[in-house]
Amino acid sequence: MTDTKLRVSKIQSGTVVDHVTAGAALHVLSLLGIDGHDDATVSLGMNVPSDRMGRKDVVKVEGRELSDSELEVLSLIAPEATINIIRDYDVVEKRQVERPDRVTDVLRCPNRDCITNAGEPVQAAFAVLDDGLRCEYCGEIVREDVTDYLQN
Amino acid sequence: MRHDHLLTAKQLSRADVETVLDRAAEFDADLEGASDLHAGKLLALCFFEPSTRTKMSFEAAAKRLGGDVVDMGSVESSSVKKGESLADTVRVVEGYADALVLRHPKQGAAKLASDYVDVPVVNAGDGAGHHPSQTLLDLYTIREQAGLEDLSIGIMGDLKYGRTVHSLAHALTNFDVRQHFVSPESLRLPRSVRYDLHEAGAQVREHEELEDVLPNLDVLYVTRIQRERFPDEDEYEAVAGEYRITAETLEAAKDDLAVMHPLPRVDEIAAEVDDSPNATYFEQAHNGVPVRMALLDLLL
Ligand SMILES: [Zn+2]
Repeated sequence: MTDTKLRVSKIQSGTVVDHVTAGAALHVLSLLGIDGHDDATVSLGMNVPSDRMGRKDVVKVEGRELSDSELEVLSLIAPEATINIIRDYDVVEKRQVERPDRVTDVLRCPNRDCITNAGEPVQAAFAVLDDGLRCEYCGEIVREDVTDYLQN
Repeated sequence: MRHDHLLTAKQLSRADVETVLDRAAEFDADLEGASDLHAGKLLALCFFEPSTRTKMSFEAAAKRLGGDVVDMGSVESSSVKKGESLADTVRVVEGYADALVLRHPKQGAAKLASDYVDVPVVNAGDGAGHHPSQTLLDLYTIREQAGLEDLSIGIMGDLKYGRTVHSLAHALTNFDVRQHFVSPESLRLPRSVRYDLHEAGAQVREHEELEDVLPNLDVLYVTRIQRERFPDEDEYEAVAGEYRITAETLEAAKDDLAVMHPLPRVDEIAAEVDDSPNATYFEQAHNGVPVRMALLDLLL
């Protein structure tokens, strides 16, 4: 199998995340909770030539669809990403990520002294700023890799 | 003021601040004249950290308004010790009182409480977060001493963890005030506060040495640098000594400089300063009652 063949190989059902910012593919995997220890079949294209983006990454995951809240975080990692949901080798849905006003449920607050990290029955919620995220409880600002703070 | 809760100073507009301060001035002029105003109202005091003064000041304010308090008592003697969540505690306490005053070691605790209850929540300090009722009494004191127009204020000490500093800095962005932050490098303002000051277009300068800015100041707000922020005693002593106010320090200041401090102090302001006309901190502390009366009057 040639490299080209591998890159375009179709998946039976799952998700293709295309137009990922070059270099961000591994963050997308960590967003999806894929670390190689589960049995998901994953193929990655990194620094693939792209008319629109110059270079892009592509992530294909067999047997996995993204939830709305995962899509929201994806929009922060890869703002231009397009999502193709595949069932029986057909694209059944195409989605664009949209930058939300706030994200909930998927990230924890990096501030150890934040009430959301104190065993209370709340999930951290973040307001989306132009250049980062901000905890609605303690005000902490996250600019660095948001994937460092994914829950689970 | 039309707020359900007082969680951070950031939520206060200039009009809100002025409403509270004007009302506080009325109470200040006649502390005993308001004793029928909120007769029968109950204020719940939930202090998950010890704070004698803030608690007493809220209690005095509630009683001066004709109301009373129910006190959770110390954490050691409460159900919190058995592992009850804050969310559960406040939902239970809500049933006992008309408003809830919360002091808690975690940042965002008051916001969490406000998610769970319908009665007004007053943040009386949440970790290194905010302490907005302290800010209102600070602003009241500043307005009395120096006015809130065309003012230069120095804010000195532990700017990183000092919640009174964070709240005051936010609130001052509503006024024509130049803010000078004086601290060792390791205790500079945290990123989140800087962000807000920048967003608000505040006039902010940072200094490591007080002498660079002292002669220009109308107000100097001193806070304590805590020993536990430093790895060893010698380093702490060296740094703390730099930020200690003595009679000699004040020789370089304007005659009418107002020296403020949220109290309690340890030795960051020498006792000899107490007798100078600059010492404003005890008056500042006394202002806690009329200002908290005004706050409760507007929230209840
Ligand atoms: Zn937080």
